[in-house]
Amino acid sequence: MTVLSDRQQLSYIAAQAADARLNVELETEGMTLNIGPQHPATHGTLRIIAHLDGEQVVWAEPSCGYMHRGYEKLTEVRTFPQVTTLINRIDWLGSFANEVPFILAAEKLMEIEAPPRAQYIRTILFELSRIANVSLFLGDLGVQMGAITPVFLAFRDREYVLNLIEGATGGRFHPNFDRIGGLKDDLPKGWIDETRQVMRKLRGFCDEIEDLLFGNEIFQSRMRGIGVIPADVAKSFGLSGANARASGIDWDLRRDQVLPMAWDKVDFKVWTHPDGDCFARCWIRLQETREATKIVDQLLDDLPPGPVMAKVPRIIKVPAGEAWVATENPLGEMGYYVVSKGDLGPFRVKIRSASFNNISVVPWVLKGVYVPDIITILASLYFILGDIDR
Amino acid sequence: MGLVDRGRMPAPLSKLFNMGRSYSMWVYQWGLACCAIEMGAAFGSPRYDVMRLGVIPLPASPRQADLVVISGTVTDKMAPAIKRLYEQMPEPKYVISMGSCANCGGPYWDSYSVTKGVDQIIPVDIYVPGCPPRPEALLEGVVLLQQRIKMEDMAAKWRGDEFTPMPSSKRAQERAAARREAIEANREPIVVGGGPIE
Amino acid sequence: MVRLSDTGTSETDAAPKALPGDGLREGIVDLLRNALGEGLVDTHLVPNDDLWVRVDRSVWRHTGEVLAADGFDYFCFLSAIDWLPSPWGRGEDDPDDPPPERSTEIVQGVAGGETRFQLLARLNDVRRHVGVTLKCDLPDDDLVVDSWVPLFAGANWHERETHEMFGIGFAGHPDLRNMYLPGDFEGYPLRKDFPLLARMVKPWPGIVDVEPMPALEEEEETDTAEGDTKGDESS
Ligand code: SF4
Repeated sequence: MTVLSDRQQLSYIAAQAADARLNVELETEGMTLNIGPQHPATHGTLRIIAHLDGEQVVWAEPSCGYMHRGYEKLTEVRTFPQVTTLINRIDWLGSFANEVPFILAAEKLMEIEAPPRAQYIRTILFELSRIANVSLFLGDLGVQMGAITPVFLAFRDREYVLNLIEGATGGRFHPNFDRIGGLKDDLPKGWIDETRQVMRKLRGFCDEIEDLLFGNEIFQSRMRGIGVIPADVAKSFGLSGANARASGIDWDLRRDQVLPMAWDKVDFKVWTHPDGDCFARCWIRLQETREATKIVDQLLDDLPPGPVMAKVPRIIKVPAGEAWVATENPLGEMGYYVVSKGDLGPFRVKIRSASFNNISVVPWVLKGVYVPDIITILASLYFILGDIDR
Repeated sequence: MGLVDRGRMPAPLSKLFNMGRSYSMWVYQWGLACCAIEMGAAFGSPRYDVMRLGVIPLPASPRQADLVVISGTVTDKMAPAIKRLYEQMPEPKYVISMGSCANCGGPYWDSYSVTKGVDQIIPVDIYVPGCPPRPEALLEGVVLLQQRIKMEDMAAKWRGDEFTPMPSSKRAQERAAARREAIEANREPIVVGGGPIE
Repeated sequence: MVRLSDTGTSETDAAPKALPGDGLREGIVDLLRNALGEGLVDTHLVPNDDLWVRVDRSVWRHTGEVLAADGFDYFCFLSAIDWLPSPWGRGEDDPDDPPPERSTEIVQGVAGGETRFQLLARLNDVRRHVGVTLKCDLPDDDLVVDSWVPLFAGANWHERETHEMFGIGFAGHPDLRNMYLPGDFEGYPLRKDFPLLARMVKPWPGIVDVEPMPALEEEEETDTAEGDTKGDESS
């Protein structure tokens, strides 16, 4: 696998060099290409300005801010329970996962911990939102490559997961289910059995996508060896999640830190890939979806009984202090630096979102690539606009 | 369409055209934020299947679209682009504003960078409230728009007037009034699910 | 049929399995103290949890260099804090009432501080699974600090964002353009004295028809609260 990708990488670089020579011979002129702000390939409003020479990108620069909604300022005028309503909407595909680090930070400051059952259910819902998020990525990937079928498969199977999330929380998209000290409610009747079935279905979906997309020769030749990000570059840009792991950085916050969540009770594999190219990034995400279904299954097997809400005061005042909590969200490391002054609301919340760092690598990685590869690379880096601009 | 341009249009012809127009709408999807995913689910997924309503969600550019769905948060930086998009669309054109953000700012009503409602920039025909609205709600919005198009006076629309219902004979008017009571599609603005929007 | 996933996962260099004790974090403090000397102003260490370090402005870049050489080469984020209490509270005053008295005393948080603005950054060590939060005082009249872009390429966007939101300058940054807001936007939104106009012109919907908050006086009353712990969002 590495041998193949090495060869392809080399041939790609050779072709780039040949093209650059050709550009000189042909005296091609520079041209500025504007993609966006509304473009089907960016599913959101990211705008890329690329300066081209012939078919090659000389420099490219994403221009963001079209979705800047001012979360960090707005959190300062909300109370702690109200903030979760807001931050839900940062990464809108995996909403529940956005709430968890903030709630954990508030709980850390208040020195309370959710009861075990709540921790398990939180973890389950966290992984479900990962599945909901990444399955859409896998479908969307096909669209970017010109394959239409995967997106229909993704929307079909994603509905099952959304139904589960809706069944448990009452909201398809923005559940706002997490409370300081636990969860709003327990799971409904029959939910566990249904979840098991859906997890089986989703493993089928992963197999389907793997055969349909990842085994496809065209897909591979468009992905392998394209957009390579070495590990040290990934670290200095702060890439996280699957993007970092695809560059061989073995760093997963689910495993590598102590949190009052249930990930340490289950057994799962953190996949890494040495190549750092587009294919590796997508492939890691596929594997992560599989692992997530396994995590959910294991957690459902030994879901402890008990309450889902700890004893908390009716009016939540968080003691003064500062806390940093980050979790491994579907897009990567999402963290909240919460500063409280003992008030009803936070004094300052710094939101470290994964896509902001992940997409800041774009000017670096797009240098010298061909125009059709821009879309491939952007798709494989996987960003969500709300997560970039906040 | 000389008749329409001159501002005269026989009612039966109008009816025919309206019927045709309402069942062959090309909709441009202007997805901005979270709501875009629900719009994608409504327009692109096999479960909700919007084409059965006579809506075609695939135009490549706003220049061939009859209807644009603005879904998601409109920021002040985005607003000029939306205005330009609207101007590029050929007449007659309709706008559905989807989600609380596009209706009025939604959860970001106090933000410094969010436009408090897309109706400050372009005229809106249908508001679909919700955060996000379910795909079914968007489909109901489309159906309500079709009802509205069906009873619209085309000539007035071509002149660029506000929505005007079709003029008709006295008897037809009475009948229509009774029917309208039931449908209430004539309300301004139409809110899916009823209730005033603030 | 052999699936792709049955092949090619890699053996990356094995990460240490044991979680770091606080000996590790004390070691980091010692390292910084040796390297920075006077430049290290204050530290705050929560054993087995987190570490805050406040350094002087003159050694800001050097701190980054020292930490990067010690394995903290994963750039997490960079931002700032404005410690001034907001002159408008949470913006929930009735516009008809006279404005309430608010304290303007500046109280800094963990690891102390002397100035209104503080720089805030975090670096991670992905091998040892440990992170450190850095702080740095910036005097009001000279809001400039050395840029981290030569050290961490990812700092580029974060510094642009901080510049836009707080008006803090970064010496040596290639290009401090606005990143979020239109070019003609005035003011620095994340400074505490930046008003949210929508909240000024319109009374906060919560003050119109709220039922009195239960038991504000008897705070000790606790409850295994259910749905109503959630505050009412705007109606
Ligand atoms: S209305 Fe709600 S779901 Fe829709 S874009 Fe706004 S915040 Fe997102």
